[in-house]
Amino acid sequence: MPQIRNFSIIAHIDHGKSTLADRLIQYTGLVNERQFRDQILDSMDLERERGITIKSHTITLPYKGKGGAEYALNLIDTPGHVDFSYEVSRALASCEGVLLLVDASQGVQAQTLSNLYMAMEHDLTIIPVINKIDLPSADVQMVREQMDRELGLNPESAILCSAKEGTGIEEILQAIVERIPGPRGNPQDPLSALIFDAHYDPFRGVIVSCRLFDGTIKLGDLIHFMSHRRTYKVEEVGLFRLNREARNELAAGEVGYIIAGIKTVSDTRIGDTITLDSHPAPTPLPGFKEVKPVVFSSLYPISSEDYEALVVALEKYKLNDAALVYQKDSSAALGQGFRCGFLGLLHLEIVQERLEREYDLAFIMTVPSVQYRFTLSDGRVLIVDNPQYYPDPATIQKSEEPFIRATIFTPERYLGAVMKLCMERRGVDARFNSPAPGRLELIYDLPLAEVIVDYHDKLKSITQGYGSFDYELIGYRESSLVKLDFLVNGEKVDALSLIVHSERARDWAVQVCERLKDEIPRHQFKIAIQGAIGGKIISRTTVSPFRKDVTAKCYGGDITRKRKLLEKQKKGKKRMKMVGAVQIPQSAFVAVLKADHE
Amino acid sequence: MNNPGLYVHVPFCRTKCAYCGFVSQTDLSLAPIWLDALTRESELYREFSGPFDTLFLGGGTPTVLSSSQLERLTNHLFVGFSFEDSTEFTVEANPDDITSDMLILLKHLGVNRVSLGVQSLQENELVFLGRRHSAVQAEKALDQVSCAGFKSLSIDLMYGLPGQTISSWLQTLGRALTFEPDHLSCYQLTLERRSPLGRMVAEKIIRKAAVKEERELFLATSEFLEQEGYLHYEVSNFARPRHLCRHNLKYWDRSPYLGLGPAAHSFDGNARWWNTRSIRRYHQRLSCGHAPIAGKEILSEENRIMESLLLGLRTAKGIEIDLVRHVAGLGSRVKHLEQSGLVTVRGGRVLPTREGLLYADGLPLLFT
Repeated sequence: MPQIRNFSIIAHIDHGKSTLADRLIQYTGLVNERQFRDQILDSMDLERERGITIKSHTITLPYKGKGGAEYALNLIDTPGHVDFSYEVSRALASCEGVLLLVDASQGVQAQTLSNLYMAMEHDLTIIPVINKIDLPSADVQMVREQMDRELGLNPESAILCSAKEGTGIEEILQAIVERIPGPRGNPQDPLSALIFDAHYDPFRGVIVSCRLFDGTIKLGDLIHFMSHRRTYKVEEVGLFRLNREARNELAAGEVGYIIAGIKTVSDTRIGDTITLDSHPAPTPLPGFKEVKPVVFSSLYPISSEDYEALVVALEKYKLNDAALVYQKDSSAALGQGFRCGFLGLLHLEIVQERLEREYDLAFIMTVPSVQYRFTLSDGRVLIVDNPQYYPDPATIQKSEEPFIRATIFTPERYLGAVMKLCMERRGVDARFNSPAPGRLELIYDLPLAEVIVDYHDKLKSITQGYGSFDYELIGYRESSLVKLDFLVNGEKVDALSLIVHSERARDWAVQVCERLKDEIPRHQFKIAIQGAIGGKIISRTTVSPFRKDVTAKCYGGDITRKRKLLEKQKKGKKRMKMVGAVQIPQSAFVAVLKADHE
Repeated sequence: MNNPGLYVHVPFCRTKCAYCGFVSQTDLSLAPIWLDALTRESELYREFSGPFDTLFLGGGTPTVLSSSQLERLTNHLFVGFSFEDSTEFTVEANPDDITSDMLILLKHLGVNRVSLGVQSLQENELVFLGRRHSAVQAEKALDQVSCAGFKSLSIDLMYGLPGQTISSWLQTLGRALTFEPDHLSCYQLTLERRSPLGRMVAEKIIRKAAVKEERELFLATSEFLEQEGYLHYEVSNFARPRHLCRHNLKYWDRSPYLGLGPAAHSFDGNARWWNTRSIRRYHQRLSCGHAPIAGKEILSEENRIMESLLLGLRTAKGIEIDLVRHVAGLGSRVKHLEQSGLVTVRGGRVLPTREGLLYADGLPLLFT
């Protein structure tokens, strides 16, 4: 039996996690050159394009150490974005150690730190790895100093590597087997396995990824999900190699998969404990949490005929994404649709892109909202995540909105710009740390609503890419809120409504009107765009008409050519939503959310 | 259903005009094989359900054919197909072909509508367009045709030429009206990519008229001719009452028509098909006994609706509201278009206004 090591790679985004994973796979001989595609673990096109890992994958690497000892190295991949921090924490809970990857030219960043803290919470062995040493801008000495001062790690323990060029890989593999302890646990104890991921396979149903802490699981066992309280019969267990590889059983310490006739990933809960129905563990593994959405947006098909297709697509999509929640919704302007809840803005964008790509749907997504809390004069407390359900302002006694605590890492020279941004976004309670000369850690409390829109992009641009950011939710705070409506040609487009802070309302109204003006194409007539609170117009702009489009001739009986041209234009119009006589392009709804705050 | 119309494409011209993207060529020696092939083609459509009530010889320039060719052609058509007594028989003619002999021949053949390709009455514009005739020649031809006593005289004019102003255009138009035409086709110059002028624009040798100017010219034309008692019954067409071009109306109200000759299009109420553009290929196919069809499509319900919209909204008759009754949110859209002065609603129909005709290409999409 090979010895087992369970580990993850953690890093700030773009520090080279996927490339290193690819290199480890290649080096251990799991794939030959011909099979090798860059970023093997990132199998979705979307991941490849964005260069980020959305859905994590796990793989068991065979490795022969010095002296011929055989190892099975379980690389548990983690999603690389703050929206998925709970999933990351469950992956880490399944490991004994991590490779902490730091880019040799970028140095320690916000996510480096938050990932490190998370690994420390789980008492994991940390192997620092300095990546991208081949870059001309690499500064290994600087990174070592940061590791020492900012992370409290022994800089001498860091391994130098260039995942791109394949240097340092053997050292990393050796460090994994030498430094990370093997798993403990007893195969004879009652089964206790942690679910850290789940995928949907159209032929087999849900493939549960889990780490066994104690006990053994085999074909035919009746298993029980302790938090979710469901029981299934095991159809197959096995290990993740490049493809799934069935085994007779999985035992304590191992990482592998279970197939048990589970229909959708929503029937599983990440972080739940699997035990045997006949011989249950006395208590579940710690750390289970129900994941709750924090960002909400509505989806409307552009053409009402596509509603059924949207229903089907959401159902199918949901098979593989337990974090997405949705329910029916309707809008006077946009018709029947769905209100969806997401873990964050990235999650929202991923769902949007995948629905468009994989299901070829044209739909509109409304401006994302957070969950507001209103206490009414009759004492009722109303949770509102959709501006449509904003209560009658006369009945509101107290309005509250969710706040986050943001941790921002930035070179000192951008301090002014970052503070200005945070203040514009209603940041309060600023605190500063200076972990190293020239570098600052800023902590701000900010309304979540101000962060979900384009805060991260903004931060990146004002710090020329050097600033990094992480956040945690810290609860509700009282806030003065109003509902802002937009009218296009006198018709209220309810899907454009926003709940905003009263002091920011005018700016928003002006900016959204301007954005809509840029996005709504010229029509055959003049179009008025207005922003309003209650019945009061607070901003206004117009789109002037174009002058003509008619062509002089319909050529001698050739109707086909003209009709085909129109049919083509009609197809292009698929991305437009008709509101009254106005065609509003899908991009307008997105542009609103990118509204500038200058 | 309305009677069908018969169209014959004569793909020959003495010279090519600078703006033209039509199928026509200047090698008149091909005329005999064209006529031979056309005769064969007409045999293939004996079953096309008639009788026809229009015959339209267009092109190209039908008047470049010799009198014997014209005679052979029309005799063949009248023998092979059945026509209503009141058939509208149009021939397109160029001013430089108009002679008293030609007019006598046309009358003899039964032509009752002559459409004269005048294009302009300004010398410099005629040179620019690459026309063979001068303004003087055009006026002489107009005099001759109007004296010959055809039932309808139509004049083709072009506007939106580089350097043209509203006043110079209205002057041409006013001059044309002195010949008391029953019908006017006023086309904005469209720069076909395939044409010499189109290439000159692409190479920036000449400048296209600005959209603003085109718009003003269009509105001024419509206003002027309506004041003079002409109905603006299609984007580019104006007629005195009872002189609307019955043949062209068939294209716009989706009546059937049979087109013979290279590049001609046909419609039988259900399917549309079109012929090969090449005269040689046209002849070759027919000499083997095959139809010279280059493409054909059977219309779906959706296609029909789209056609009705795109054609209807180009004409004063507009579209039936019932046609688009099912479109969601139509009521408020139509109301808004009415408020914006682009359409009027009358008698269960949506009619484009003069202003609305300016948007005839885009309006159909607002009804889908």
